[in-house]
Amino acid sequence: MTATKARPGQTGGAKAAAPRVIKVDALARVEGEGALYVRVRDGVVQDIKFKIFEPPRFFEAFLEGRFHAEAPDITARICGICPIAYIMGASHAMEAALGIRTTEAIERLRRILYCGEWIQSHVLHAAMLHAPDFLELDDALQLAKANPAAVTDALRLKKLGNTLMEVVGGRSVHPVNTRVGGFYKAPKRTALTDLLPELRWGLEAADRLARLFGTFDFPRFEDDYLSLSLRHPDVYAIDRGRLVDSRGLDIPIEEFPEHFDEEHVAHSNALHGVRKADDVPYLVGPIARFNNNFDQLSEDARGVARACGLDGPVRNPFKSILVRMVETFYAVEEVIRLVEAYQPPDPPAIEVPVRAGEGTGCTEAPRGLCWHRYSLDTEGRILKARIVPPTAQNQPRIERDLLGVVETHIQLEDEALKWRCEQAIRNYDPCISCATHFLDLTIVRE
Amino acid sequence: MSGRSGVSGRILIIGIGHRLRRDDGVGPIVLDRLRAGGADGPCLLELGGEGAGLIEAWDGWDGVIVVDAMRSGRPPGTVVCLDAADGDIPAGTFRSSSHQFGLADAIAVARTLGRLPRSLRVVGVEGECFGFGEGLTPAVATAVEAVVAQVQAAAACLP
Repeated sequence: MTATKARPGQTGGAKAAAPRVIKVDALARVEGEGALYVRVRDGVVQDIKFKIFEPPRFFEAFLEGRFHAEAPDITARICGICPIAYIMGASHAMEAALGIRTTEAIERLRRILYCGEWIQSHVLHAAMLHAPDFLELDDALQLAKANPAAVTDALRLKKLGNTLMEVVGGRSVHPVNTRVGGFYKAPKRTALTDLLPELRWGLEAADRLARLFGTFDFPRFEDDYLSLSLRHPDVYAIDRGRLVDSRGLDIPIEEFPEHFDEEHVAHSNALHGVRKADDVPYLVGPIARFNNNFDQLSEDARGVARACGLDGPVRNPFKSILVRMVETFYAVEEVIRLVEAYQPPDPPAIEVPVRAGEGTGCTEAPRGLCWHRYSLDTEGRILKARIVPPTAQNQPRIERDLLGVVETHIQLEDEALKWRCEQAIRNYDPCISCATHFLDLTIVRE
Repeated sequence: MSGRSGVSGRILIIGIGHRLRRDDGVGPIVLDRLRAGGADGPCLLELGGEGAGLIEAWDGWDGVIVVDAMRSGRPPGTVVCLDAADGDIPAGTFRSSSHQFGLADAIAVARTLGRLPRSLRVVGVEGECFGFGEGLTPAVATAVEAVVAQVQAAAACLP
């Protein structure tokens, strides 16, 4: 991130105040580990660095030499909240490498599973981690005291997502029923149709929470995001599609590296996503999907969007909480549609022949595009793995937002400014790593 | 040790942790030892530590014991036993394997919503290293037997 130059008229002759340093030991309510450093001189932001400590490099190395069938289960451990995104991306990539494609029935069952993940991930973030911000509450505990009904609804809706993951995936954390080629066992029809009453409750609950969050005051902040997402001709893209952006790009997922790059930035172990043509940071995730594929949402989901105040492309990152609830509503509705028509796929998995090859898989994790590429030797062992998770792609976008947020709120006291920065980061529901919760925040005022 | 079925006396042991984050894996590894020692399979549950998931998991159980790695400034390998009946756990004591809305928050929110089990005990082990990789550091590996003993003792006390 380049430093913002001092504005004309504010020269080095200005009085130099002693630097003020603010340290925060933890970025509350964000998955994983990261650090934010902001340096301000005479009210002008000189430098912002948002650091992420990413696990994928470890996993890419860990995967080399392993059998292709292990990739979904190993990569699932990259994220405790969105294992399905990694299982699906890895499975699709291996299937592509091995020259096979699952049946439509298997794909539909995979979509139910993926919707379950969207529901539990989105509701957890929106209600327990993000909503407290808008009510100026410190955490979910205070929210539970202030509005126990909303928290109870959110917990029950999140549990519904987890139940779907259990019924289809065998376990809600690190599913055991998934494999390259499909599933080990297809759930009986009744195992899913038994959930319909709760799913119908879930639809109402998602609508209720969306409308509640629609009453929040949103900080005034806008940007014209370059939105990158999947797009599918028939449905709101979750598990398959081509890559599209908000400025006309439309490419197959295999061409992602030709247009987008990961540059290794010194201050972060993650690789930052930028569009190669012009080094522009791009956005992935709910807002990107919503902006690119609004027309693909169901009519009722579009109605929920309008009811909570979203009447066009979203340019305010704080409104990501609303988009998450609209997507939750859509996911519940989609599961109802798929479950009502469900017949167990037979066989539950297709044959997986072993051969050398290279394949790509890309799906929409709750947080955005999750791209996988693997190359295999003749015995089906992994030669090379490349995993591009959504939060790494959003890193420069987060930094750009933070620059804007700090500039806009520079007049605030440090504590309030720090909280705004944390809130801005939380807009992205970043999945920073899989096991820690420490963020250092340093603001240096010179 | 086996879980008892029936309206009362149902015990759930939750091991929180990530097996590929060194000492963060101690919770699941303790479950492995309990399982190997003949503990009742369905009463052992491995979770990532995300708070809402914990509240869901312990719903309906009479007695719950949670095992997790700590990062509290104590010497690595120190074992601590806490009882939720004595009050909320200080924030930041336990490393959340997942979100910041972790174990301590889950206990506090559950208490507010009336969703704490009748008895909930936490057995914590101070970790030393939480980087990427498999395997516990020596101090934590040495503490596993003591943790297993604490869990068994806590389970024996539960109604």
